[in-house]
Amino acid sequence: MTALTQLPSGTERSSPRARWGRRRLLPYLLVLPGAAWLVLFFAMPVGQLAAASLYDPTGSISTGYAPAWAFGNYPAALRVYWPQFGRSFRYAGMALAVALVMGYPLAYAIARKAGRWKNLLLVCVIAPMFTSFLVRTLAWKTILSDNGALVGLLRDVHLLGPDGRLLATPIAVVLGLTYNFLPFLVLPLYASLERLDPRLLEAASDLYASPLATFRRVTLPLSMPGLVAGTLLFLIPATGDYINAELLGTPNEYMIGNVIDSAFLIRLDYPQGAALSFLLMSAILALVFGYLRRASPEDLL
Amino acid sequence: MARETPAGDLRLANLTKTFGAFTAVDDLSLTVPQGSFFALLGASGCGKTTTLRMIAGLEPPTSGQVLLGDRDITRLRPYKRPVNTVFQSYALFPHLDVFENVAFGLRRRGIRSVDGQVRQVLSLVRLDGFERRRPGQLSGGQQQRVALARALINHPQVLLLDEPLGALDLTLRRQMQIELKRIQTEVGISFVHVTHDQEEAMTMADTVAVMNAGRIEQLGAPADIYEFPATAFVATFLGQSNLIAGVVSGSSGDDLLVTAHGTRFSVPVGRSRTDQGPVLLGVRPEKLRLAGAVAQVPAGNQHLEGTVTDASYLGVSTQYALRTGAGAELSVFVANSGDRQRFAVGEQAVAYWHPRHAFLLGRADGQARTTPELGEPVGVS
Repeated sequence: MTALTQLPSGTERSSPRARWGRRRLLPYLLVLPGAAWLVLFFAMPVGQLAAASLYDPTGSISTGYAPAWAFGNYPAALRVYWPQFGRSFRYAGMALAVALVMGYPLAYAIARKAGRWKNLLLVCVIAPMFTSFLVRTLAWKTILSDNGALVGLLRDVHLLGPDGRLLATPIAVVLGLTYNFLPFLVLPLYASLERLDPRLLEAASDLYASPLATFRRVTLPLSMPGLVAGTLLFLIPATGDYINAELLGTPNEYMIGNVIDSAFLIRLDYPQGAALSFLLMSAILALVFGYLRRASPEDLL
Repeated sequence: MARETPAGDLRLANLTKTFGAFTAVDDLSLTVPQGSFFALLGASGCGKTTTLRMIAGLEPPTSGQVLLGDRDITRLRPYKRPVNTVFQSYALFPHLDVFENVAFGLRRRGIRSVDGQVRQVLSLVRLDGFERRRPGQLSGGQQQRVALARALINHPQVLLLDEPLGALDLTLRRQMQIELKRIQTEVGISFVHVTHDQEEAMTMADTVAVMNAGRIEQLGAPADIYEFPATAFVATFLGQSNLIAGVVSGSSGDDLLVTAHGTRFSVPVGRSRTDQGPVLLGVRPEKLRLAGAVAQVPAGNQHLEGTVTDASYLGVSTQYALRTGAGAELSVFVANSGDRQRFAVGEQAVAYWHPRHAFLLGRADGQARTTPELGEPVGVS
């Protein structure tokens, strides 16, 4: 009798199916806000930008632009601005080299040698992010200024000539890029070095690997995922950056970001600005995929 | 390379390691003869792994020396020692396949043609055909064998094994014990094996050193240590022992006389670690026999009467707990050979043994040893 009274009623029996249906919908519901945001504020503007890059270049803001499938905008833009293009990658590459020389030892020290200072050092790496990017770069303008202590010191030790300067030179721009994007390199590197099992280093040492060989054969390959991630996180924004060249350089140091900036906001040449944006985007994507293929980090993860 | 020098014994001389106020290894001296299978046995935290790490060079000793033959290697960096380790965690390089893991040591020493050697050592540990696998794709037992191959391929003078079988399940562990012993006999390298598993130490090692609190309590062949332990710690750590507190009351011929629980027992002088003062009289549970009455005890045996308080049937044997009149708890293993009388809980029984199976240990004043398997204190006389 008790078994009979406890049999589920008709409505209860149908409810699991409804719940199952809801469960199947749940992932889509969770994705919905993010996806909507992405479509509205990324996919649509990118489509708009792609359309703009193909407008008839003879138009202007006042006369309006006519959609014209003008693919010629791309080679035309590249012909005029290839020096800035090359400079962007050159400066970003140089900044990356400086950042690697400073950042790898720093990340290694924080992850493996800092002991109880680890958290403090991590805060020091992140702390600059608490102030505005613009303010930090303006501060560098003061540091590197002709009457500043740094330039004075370098002149005194004859590393700079009596009229030598740092501000408004490529060095200033590269130093600015290095400083501003260093945390993006250090943090992923730190994370992967921190995960490195110290017992593997002991095993290497037990198997006749000198400290240098241990680094080359064990530490470096095992920190590869962090190194790849950090390099990309550094390189991508550094290549497209225009603040550093604007504030610390002259038009002679302008990078592609400055050109795009002026095409949209000063010269009001929308088709050219859009074409340059797309060229930069595809160049960076090509770089990333080429790099990922060569570094093949999926083997290491 | 170092292995071309005339090999020799591994000697530890007054080796000490302290971590702050804690002494992990305390003035340890021992010799591992070349080509022997040596086991360091002890509970966790007794300093056995620290000892191993000092031999490997991964831990600098506070004082003392590590000698290999005539060579002092105490201050030698680990990568310069002709010593290799099989780590407890295996510590295989996750980014290298099995082949490269095994070839790692050879390559670091600048040896070019590693193919033949790698295949040879992989077949020694029965892993042919696994060359291109990554460690993550192997089972625990296979990883263990890669770790072994990776160390063995270098032909070290001494191979150190840090609880290498600890992570394996029982069947696999038994299998690997036999494998390890086979490989050791085949390659003829000294093995120093650290373990907390007394059975593992006894099955594999030629010589066992029982460690406790950073010191060696006893060193010898497994059977010698088991049959005639030197200290109460060894008697209870290596197998089980019934230890009865007593006092030496005299001697008669080749026997020492011991008074315990108001009864006199005798122990041959040759099986006594001391000849005076407070002592512990020890008998292994399997050396004890049970009889229904004192009259049934064969001549020449000694006995204690008591009540059976527990009887556990274990298949091959039955384990009895016997509480004697004076309050001592004895453990008795009786083989289930079919011709022995069985006892029920609550029955009266007499435990007896032949004096040549007993052993006598010194006892610090007030030290009341317990029979470990029961955890019951033995009445101190």
